Amino acid sequence: MFDSLIILSGILIIAILFTLFRVGTLVNVVRNRDKKPVTGSNKVNATLLALFVIGGLALFFYYSSAYYDEYTLPLASEHGIHTDRLFWWTMGVTVAAFVITHIVLIAFAYKYRYAETQKATFFPDNTKLEVIWTIIPAIVLATLIFSGLATWTDITGPAPDDAEVIEVYGFQFGWKSRYPGNDGELGGFDFRKIDAVNDMGIDFSDEAALDDFVPIEMHVPKGKAVELKIRAKDVIHSVFIPHFRAQMNAVPGMPTRFWFTATKTTEEMRAELDNPEFNYELVCNKICGKAHFAMRYVIVVDEPEDYEKWKAEQTAWLKNNPDYLSKLPSELKELAMLKSGISE
Amino acid sequence: METVEEIKRREGEVHHGDYSEHAHDDHHGNFWTTYVFSQDHKMIGKQFLITGIFWAIIGGALSILFRLQLGFPDMDLTWLQPILGEWIVDGKLDQEFYLALVTMHGTIMVFFVLTAGLSGTFSNYLIPLQIGARDMASGFMNMLSYWFFFASGVVMFISLFLDTGPAGGGWTVYPPLSALPQAISGSGMGMTLWLVSMSLFIVSSLLGGINYITTVINLRTKGLSFSKLPLTIWAFFITAIIGLLSFPVLFAAALLLIFDRSFGTSFYLSDIYIGGEALPNIGGSPILYQHLFWFLGHPEVYIVLLPALGITSEIISTNSRKPIFGYKAMILSMVAIAFLSFIVWAHHMFVSGMNPFLGSIFMLLTLIIAVPSGVKVFNYLTTLWKGNIRFTPAMLFSIGLVSFFISGGLTGIFLGNSAIDITLHDTYFVVAHFHLVMGSASFFGLLAGVYHWFPKMFGRMMDERLGYVHFWLTFVGVYFVFFPLHYIGIAGFPRRYYSFTSFDAFQGFADLNMFVSIAAIITFAAQFLFLFNFFYSIYRGRKAPQNPWDSNTLEWTADKGSVHGNWSGDLPTVYRWPYDYSKPGSESDFIPQTVPYSETPESNLPEENMLVKLESEDKEGASSVVNETKV
Repeated sequence: MFDSLIILSGILIIAILFTLFRVGTLVNVVRNRDKKPVTGSNKVNATLLALFVIGGLALFFYYSSAYYDEYTLPLASEHGIHTDRLFWWTMGVTVAAFVITHIVLIAFAYKYRYAETQKATFFPDNTKLEVIWTIIPAIVLATLIFSGLATWTDITGPAPDDAEVIEVYGFQFGWKSRYPGNDGELGGFDFRKIDAVNDMGIDFSDEAALDDFVPIEMHVPKGKAVELKIRAKDVIHSVFIPHFRAQMNAVPGMPTRFWFTATKTTEEMRAELDNPEFNYELVCNKICGKAHFAMRYVIVVDEPEDYEKWKAEQTAWLKNNPDYLSKLPSELKELAMLKSGISE
Repeated sequence: METVEEIKRREGEVHHGDYSEHAHDDHHGNFWTTYVFSQDHKMIGKQFLITGIFWAIIGGALSILFRLQLGFPDMDLTWLQPILGEWIVDGKLDQEFYLALVTMHGTIMVFFVLTAGLSGTFSNYLIPLQIGARDMASGFMNMLSYWFFFASGVVMFISLFLDTGPAGGGWTVYPPLSALPQAISGSGMGMTLWLVSMSLFIVSSLLGGINYITTVINLRTKGLSFSKLPLTIWAFFITAIIGLLSFPVLFAAALLLIFDRSFGTSFYLSDIYIGGEALPNIGGSPILYQHLFWFLGHPEVYIVLLPALGITSEIISTNSRKPIFGYKAMILSMVAIAFLSFIVWAHHMFVSGMNPFLGSIFMLLTLIIAVPSGVKVFNYLTTLWKGNIRFTPAMLFSIGLVSFFISGGLTGIFLGNSAIDITLHDTYFVVAHFHLVMGSASFFGLLAGVYHWFPKMFGRMMDERLGYVHFWLTFVGVYFVFFPLHYIGIAGFPRRYYSFTSFDAFQGFADLNMFVSIAAIITFAAQFLFLFNFFYSIYRGRKAPQNPWDSNTLEWTADKGSVHGNWSGDLPTVYRWPYDYSKPGSESDFIPQTVPYSETPESNLPEENMLVKLESEDKEGASSVVNETKV
């Protein structure tokens, strides 16, 4: 009943609009308006264009300043200082260009709207003008390019030698991380070694793997370089940590890396934002299937001493899964017991 | 090889008057040869347009579905069950279906609407008319081009109704996701059909492109040198060359993907453990696919955009009653953009894991594109300066295009900078960027073209007032939809997310997302005004005069109505460039290309007076050729 009422009123509204449209058309024919090159709507459109751009710009500036805290993410990494600065420089340049070109656009559109008495100026080209507006953007862009290049090279360059190396592993649909253990060296991996227990495919025929540990939560130290070694199990994922301004794809068959230095611990950020619930989040940012939108992983940033303490508390993967020892090559078993801490 | 008909046609041009009779014969085709398997470029152009409109409605409707999910995450969508069936689970969109929606929206809009619907329509329709040719170089290939496109559409359409859903790996269909049905159900039959459909589409594009290029090079009428071509033709010509060089690479990418999916090869697959087993594939690289895909994918942006810019150049010049400013600079900048478009593809892959040094090179090349793009913007603005502007709906849409081209182009400077892209990559900032600069700008070019050439296509005028309402709702609507997405992107919101509830960082902007969705619905609804205006005016619109916009180009001298052969008499001869608007000394504010300089002594520039003599020599030359043939 209600549905049919809605449909009926819809039809009525369309019928009324159509009638109005027909009446308008007929009036135009009677008044012979169609014969002129332009009608009164020429000025209306020119005015609307000007009003829209001015109103739009006002809204743009208002929203951008009033909601600044909502759309900017607090920063917590060293290289992020540089990328953010580049971002805001670029913002300055582009907003200036945006505002100027739009003001010019509406000024010309409004000022030079059609008038019967007026004739357009025949102005087909002007080499000087064209050279100017080729060169000026080229110079501005060159500046942006070179500062961008320098920053990019620093960020993607090799990590410092003393960087903490942590493996991040993406799979449908979640993340895991692996730490090198006491020997400070991550063990190898092989996707053919993956099974129900060893779900990261850690290769325990590599001695370095024997003391690796796989924690529940990922921790990183503040103020010390962290190098992420990134892998994927099944399809492409992307390690995106918005607060660290860090992003790198996790690609099956091609390990990738990204290094950064965190500048604020989780606790410091909680205090700064006055939000005791705050956590740094690792976000999947490459479409990977059904639960792509839910691939969350918490990263805890600790003071360096807390971080070392946390690390010392972790137990090696092998110690947590002692049954897996039976799958190790027999000559490694003794070493494995020792390194993983199964036998003290 | 020339067909008998073509030879006849050529002779028809030489023997005055013969052609009209011949054209008359053509007109006796039955329904099938006139409307369906037509080889007339005008009908084929209309076929592309109508099909493009059909796909635009579907593509737009899909976007409304996922905007409902994003703007109103708690809404009960049970009412959509009659259409979507099992894709509605407990009153919600299925999560995989959401991904299928964004994938299909992207594929349809980029390829079917903005490539075929825009380039297909106007290249076909305008090239012969604006260069003074009877038809395309090969009418038959042209017909095939449409029907391959049609077949490709049928296959894609069928994929929408599969149990397992259409392809769902994003419009870029990166493997391994798109190669493994275990990873997402859309990568089963849906992806197979996607690949078949795209292969057919590539065939269509190539057939069309070869034709456009050949026609522009070979069939320009007497006097129409390249330096007198309208910018529309330049744009279509350059676009066709880009397509011809880049689409085959997409075909290669698709072919290798087909091999990986169906024949057990490992071009893109390596080290994968999925569905409880380690796959045997070793040594492939997902990055290889991305390189191949974006080798088309980036030029594709310009395949979509350049025709729109060409159309806009023509419309802005005509309606400003001024020559386009910097004709040569406009051509050079298009050539520069076309050239650069081939060597910037990897800026889509800064964080893909490829060598960072490669990233530096591609960043450098990418930002260079901003220079020719800037030149185009400044030239448009200067064309308006001291004009006598008529705001026809086509003109308004062209100005809208310039605005989108600026706002969307500027955000490209952020994304082309690899250091900034680390943060913005794959966020809503990217969505905002390309929807403005490529999506909306090209879409406005398409609409502007339809409003401008409708009188030529259908012999009647569209209703102006409906056009104005349509423009304002769409222009404001597009900004309200895409501008807010910049903020959401700067806040780090990732694209292709079904919902943002899982993350603490993405709890804000629910209200802004709702606003965007409402704006999207209104903008989409406004397009039905256009549809009404379009179809109503085909039958009931006011009869169009011969040259409704007082335009200089050749199509307005062609016969009204659909004469196969375009001009019932001789082909027109061209004497001047297409932008002699408001020439000093001239009584009228436009001088069509067919008017010789000898007839306009009052407005000729000094160097043009020199040409007057050449013109008369040419005429004598031409008549002697005719005599020789007759002998």
